[in-house]
Amino acid sequence: MDIGNILINAFGELISPTTAAYALAALGLAVHFGYSGLLNFGQAGFMAVGAYGYAISTLTFNAPLPVAVLIAMLASVVFAIVLGIPTLRLRADYLAIVTIAAAEIIRYIVTTNGLTDITGSANGLAAFEGGFFGLNPFPVGTYNVGPLAMNERDLWIRIVGWTVVILACLVVWLLMRSPWGRVLKGIREDENAVRSLGKNVYAYKMQALVIGGVLGSLAGIIFTLPRGAVQPANYATELTFFLYTCLLLGGMATVLGPVIGAMIFWVVLSLTQGLLYGAIEIGAITFLSNSQAGQLRYILVGVALMLLMVFRPQGVLGNKKELAFA
Amino acid sequence: MLLILGLLSIVLLGSPAAQASPQPPAQANHATVQAHNATAVQAQEFDNRIGGVLRGVDGPIAGVTVTATGNGFEGETTSGANGAWGIGVPEQGTYEVAIDEDTLPEGIALAEGQQNPREVTFANTSSATTLFLFGEGIVTQQTSFLDTLAERALAGFSFGLLLALSAVGLSLIFGTTGLTNFAHGEMVTLGAVLAFAFAGMGLPIAVAIVLAVIGGGLLGYVQDAGLWKPLRRRGTGLVPMMIVSIGLALALRYIIQFFFGGATQQLPGSQSEIIDFGSVSISRNNLTSLIVSLVIILIVAFLLLRTRIGKATRAVADNPALAAASGIDVDRVIRIVWVIGGMLAALGGILWAYYRPGVSYNMGQQILLLIFAGVTLGGLGTVFGALVGSIIVGLFVEISTIWLEADLKYVGALLILILVLLVRPQGILGRRERIG
Repeated sequence: MDIGNILINAFGELISPTTAAYALAALGLAVHFGYSGLLNFGQAGFMAVGAYGYAISTLTFNAPLPVAVLIAMLASVVFAIVLGIPTLRLRADYLAIVTIAAAEIIRYIVTTNGLTDITGSANGLAAFEGGFFGLNPFPVGTYNVGPLAMNERDLWIRIVGWTVVILACLVVWLLMRSPWGRVLKGIREDENAVRSLGKNVYAYKMQALVIGGVLGSLAGIIFTLPRGAVQPANYATELTFFLYTCLLLGGMATVLGPVIGAMIFWVVLSLTQGLLYGAIEIGAITFLSNSQAGQLRYILVGVALMLLMVFRPQGVLGNKKELAFA
Repeated sequence: MLLILGLLSIVLLGSPAAQASPQPPAQANHATVQAHNATAVQAQEFDNRIGGVLRGVDGPIAGVTVTATGNGFEGETTSGANGAWGIGVPEQGTYEVAIDEDTLPEGIALAEGQQNPREVTFANTSSATTLFLFGEGIVTQQTSFLDTLAERALAGFSFGLLLALSAVGLSLIFGTTGLTNFAHGEMVTLGAVLAFAFAGMGLPIAVAIVLAVIGGGLLGYVQDAGLWKPLRRRGTGLVPMMIVSIGLALALRYIIQFFFGGATQQLPGSQSEIIDFGSVSISRNNLTSLIVSLVIILIVAFLLLRTRIGKATRAVADNPALAAASGIDVDRVIRIVWVIGGMLAALGGILWAYYRPGVSYNMGQQILLLIFAGVTLGGLGTVFGALVGSIIVGLFVEISTIWLEADLKYVGALLILILVLLVRPQGILGRRERIG
């Protein structure tokens, strides 16, 4: 068991593009759930819309990178509006069920064999990342970030991914300290009070849903670029639940909470994996197989989500007064 | 309730399992397959399977030799009494499938334009189906649209009732505690996994099913006593409880996978013959499942409407504070509801394992949304709404396969859910005030 290597891997997760994507999607959830009180259980659907919107417009319509990103974002806006019209007037649990159903509808549609030419069905799509890596200003070579060595592609996607995360955090921070953000928090605390002040609660909720959804679609693109492939199995309901774990870890009504939550989530997953596999390798643990060790980690995720919700619902950074629920 | 359930399962589910042993050739799936290197390999050892049903104008065609060749593999089987055949193959890919026309019965020939041999390619599923048409090539067209509709509707009714078993439990729990329980899917899975485990220990399947249903009730009891009751005592809100249930669902799902593994297993008697009612046919297991769920739901309805505890349950669902004030032990009612909900979910899971067919660690998750759809369609918290909603969902899922591709069949049900919420948010039997 190589402790040094395990630590380096864990550090790698801290800045990995997947962590950036989780942070961005969880930030979108913070806008939905943390600031507006909308219980969106379909963030995986928004990520899928982003990823597929980008991949399909690149592959099927040969769209250049900015157009493809724009199409992906537009698609998520449309998805948010279509989703919002029937659900935003409903109670939280109805909203949760409808959003999770909508996300699954998206997944079933991109999986169906009838659309294989466009979506690639269960195999998904690949080879759409050329445009993005074509913009890479870094020459071919090996780059060292702290103890990590990576090639120019890894470096480029990390820089772009985290830049987007930082910009998104800035935008959300500015939005939430604006009058608009205060109305949103008011809706979370007491919808009727805000309505009695003459605000159009429905419109505010819809705007929040759209903004969080666009963040989700960007997350979907960042999630899919380093893999060079988009597959429907990646966008199942578990993804949304992991994002909620990240959000609740960090603190749901904070800007940096989702980012820190995503980092903690992936570092802990990486550490437990490294330690468990290492322990199995040297024979310290004999009652587990490698795949069982993998499952053990996700059992821990579920237990952690329960414990967090029960004992520290405000997360690492949050303020207990700013919870979307009493 | 358990006793009746046990009797039913002995009578209905037990018999196909018992019949299977004296006449093994009836089970196409058990046909021996010869691999290339002459070592005999059982078909079910492989995850991937090519199969189909041979049916002529007069019914199934048995005893026809079918071969599959490709990817360095060669398999052979003969069609069973119900015309079904299946060849397990080691990997997905393209195979050449041929039927030996010499083994066809007198007077039956392949229809015109039917390729033999033909290429069969897996499309990302673990099974590939190919149908050989016999006679004049009009066999499939001969079934009229109404017959197809009736057949799908019957299957949908069976599916809807098994959904209703789980949905009624979910709805009872929602009605009495307000909790939208995302871990209900895992309670469904656990029923099937327990039945598989007990059957694997050598117990007869009827006993295994009864024990699994008791296990499901036990899980409901433990959940309530260990988790939900303390949370209610703390005054935890409904949204946090919903998220706790998601954590519980994740933990339970991976705990089940930890012990059960990722593979799909079959319960004893998962292959059953097709029973014909005139032009409509249904598999024996589906029919059994339909009758079992119908009986159990009638029992639950009777308990709710005619007994003291049923009345108390409805009172708690209506107004917990008022119920407590009038001397009803609310905690006891909720405990009973959890136990019954767990038992119904476990039974629903066992029937779902026969319907799919197969037991896997994520089988509950696959129908959780359909259960939700049924409950929401009918109106959250209304027991009979859950029943009506589930039947609608079941019918819709099966009937939509006439027009939709099979891999889109759940989409229709979920779309209906969204559309109904658009026009009637409180559901079909729900009351307007509930949506708040």
